[in-house]
Amino acid sequence: MIAITETAIDRAAVEASVARPEAGAILTFSGATRDNFGGRQVTGLSYEAYQPMAVAVMTEIAAEAAAQWPGARVAIVHRIGALTIGEVSVIISVSTPHRADCYAASRFAIDALKERVPIWKKEHYADGEGAWKENQPT
Amino acid sequence: MQITVRYFAALREERGCDEEALDVSEGTDVAALYQQIFSDSPLAALRVMFAVNQDYVGASHDLADGDEVAFIPPLGGG
Repeated sequence: MIAITETAIDRAAVEASVARPEAGAILTFSGATRDNFGGRQVTGLSYEAYQPMAVAVMTEIAAEAAAQWPGARVAIVHRIGALTIGEVSVIISVSTPHRADCYAASRFAIDALKERVPIWKKEHYADGEGAWKENQPT
Repeated sequence: MQITVRYFAALREERGCDEEALDVSEGTDVAALYQQIFSDSPLAALRVMFAVNQDYVGASHDLADGDEVAFIPPLGGG
């Protein structure tokens, strides 16, 4: 499952999409919106995507993970539009035969998403201002 | 030749639209097009990536008639 959605992400459905009998490990990463940045109070966020390209790049990332960690299956769903604090903006589920590969593939997928998938985030502050935020290397 | 340009995030706000059709001369590359459009803007120095027909390309990629060009400002997904 690779998708961009304007509504709340169904975590169980994302996870179920990678589950299979030969996978002994399943990891689900959730990214949620934070209430502060550099000490400033964040009251809400908005995400936008270059939609068809974002889905294409997420599909590439899933294929790269499957090539690097044999048997890895990767699902990525990113939410766009207006989000309130504490809402889930992205879910990545990975299944692999064994757990070490699962952790590695999960980390790869979220890092690659932040580097390459054309999605943008604007933070809205309590004082009415807003700023487009740039992902930092982890 | 005619191309379509897509704007996102800060670039969309600065330009005041999310998409427009432009006439550009043969031999224009994507970085030159960005400078033509944003030379008078504080965003001229922004570190952008470029996509043509929804694939990332280098700054010196030459445009062709009918291309969809997107300027990709710093990403914030996740």
